[in-house]
Amino acid sequence: MARVVDPAELAPTRYAWEIEAEGLRVKAGRRLAVDGLDLRLGTGVHGLLGPNGAGKTTLIRALATVLPPAGGKLELLGQSIGGRSNLRALRRKLGYLPQEFGYYPKFTVREFVEYMAWLKEMDGSQIVGAVQRAIDRVGLTDRADDRMKTLSGGMLRRAGIAQAIVNDPDILLLDEPTVGLDPAQRLDFRTLLRNLGERACVLVSTHLVEDVAAVCTHVVLMEEGRMVFRGTPDDLVAAGGTGDLGDSPIERGYSALLARHRGVTR
Amino acid sequence: MTGTTGEHASRGFIAAYVAGDETLPAQAVWALESHLDSCGECGRQVAEAVPSLAPRIDALLSRVWVDVDAATVQPPAPVRSPVLRWARTWAPPSMAPWLLMVALVALAALGIDLSSPTGRLPSLVLLVSPIAPLICVAAAWARGLDPMFELTASTPRAGLRLVLRRTAAVLVVVIPLLAVVSGFADVSPALSLVPSLAFTLGTLALGTVIGVGRAAAVLGAAWAVFVIAPSLLTAQISVLLLPSSLLGWGVAAVLAAVVVVTRAHAFDGLPSQN
Repeated sequence: MARVVDPAELAPTRYAWEIEAEGLRVKAGRRLAVDGLDLRLGTGVHGLLGPNGAGKTTLIRALATVLPPAGGKLELLGQSIGGRSNLRALRRKLGYLPQEFGYYPKFTVREFVEYMAWLKEMDGSQIVGAVQRAIDRVGLTDRADDRMKTLSGGMLRRAGIAQAIVNDPDILLLDEPTVGLDPAQRLDFRTLLRNLGERACVLVSTHLVEDVAAVCTHVVLMEEGRMVFRGTPDDLVAAGGTGDLGDSPIERGYSALLARHRGVTR
Repeated sequence: MTGTTGEHASRGFIAAYVAGDETLPAQAVWALESHLDSCGECGRQVAEAVPSLAPRIDALLSRVWVDVDAATVQPPAPVRSPVLRWARTWAPPSMAPWLLMVALVALAALGIDLSSPTGRLPSLVLLVSPIAPLICVAAAWARGLDPMFELTASTPRAGLRLVLRRTAAVLVVVIPLLAVVSGFADVSPALSLVPSLAFTLGTLALGTVIGVGRAAAVLGAAWAVFVIAPSLLTAQISVLLLPSSLLGWGVAAVLAAVVVVTRAHAFDGLPSQN
């Protein structure tokens, strides 16, 4: 069946950056986990690096519009977030994989992705095809009709990625998507990310630095709720010297930037 | 156009085209090809001519089709049950056990009512029914009770409409249940239904401030401590459950509904306090 093109898809974009934050502050409970963050992200694959507790998950939740900003400015696809803005139209263009995502154990993979497609208000006649395509893209075709509770950790994560991409999002937010994937699956996942990054703004939070080096066009390094560094993976490599901690050039760059920010002198 | 009859290409022209006749003028070939883009009739004639006039192309085509068939993924399996899928859009599976539990609690209260001598203790059905739907309302929109809560909260459907949709599913099950149980327990159905409706809306209203799960716990505990326990201890039904209080319950339900609608944006994401 031919896909009906929504006029909204053909409209020119009215924003410079898919994600734009200025002095963004977000609370996690009572703690200010993101504190004065400036960020501008466009199309491409962006790696979000930082130690545990740096505020990566809180930032991604705010970008997924599930946590309201406590202060500062946040614009997604040109729409300002915060206050009582209507998020429905914007959320149709978002894809989000939380770090720990729950599921109904009795759902099959197909039912899970289909249910998410329904929640994302996709056109009913497109859902079956879009769900199959998403499942194919993450390589779960042969497990599509197995129940979620029978899947291994890596397969669950791939099912989670399938639900995130089922609506062809313009902003795709993935929180630790490579946890539990074996090396071959991580290679496939990188290929998928490269494809997705060609037309969408993909933000991947990870603590596996080598994933960033392999696939990301930009790197954002966070520490204590602030942005410490922003640049290409090559810039990150260039920041490291031979005396820094780490087994690969990019790891050395990572630890050098963190150490510099913390004011540690060696 | 050369070699055409009326609006369609002639058989002879198509045969020459299929056979790859090099004497055909290039303009005529272009014209035919652009005509074939939109004409099913001539397209079919070309297809019929290919096996006899161009066997090599025919062999190539059939080999391609075999490969395409082999590479095609299985077509999507049919949905197990459209009714089940529809029901899930009203109540996610995580709510089912709680609905079952409420049914069991209501039946247990009825059993105690029927087995105890009349007049000695106030009706347990009457005492329990106001808070009967609360756990299901909590299951409809609380982080701890819905494993997919965070995923759901990030979608466009999240918000007051989805909360009300799930609450409606709860009421569709609980209201008939309470009506039937009160009938058997010889309790006025209005006295069990209106307070439970007020508590349902009250939970949502308080839930806009502290989260639906906590709101259900707070209201349920308050009812148990301040109404159920004293009524059982003094063997006297609380004044709140006398027919004269019905108007008060109705007003409370309306007020709660107003609060829910005015504070609807609280359901758009995760509760602000973790």
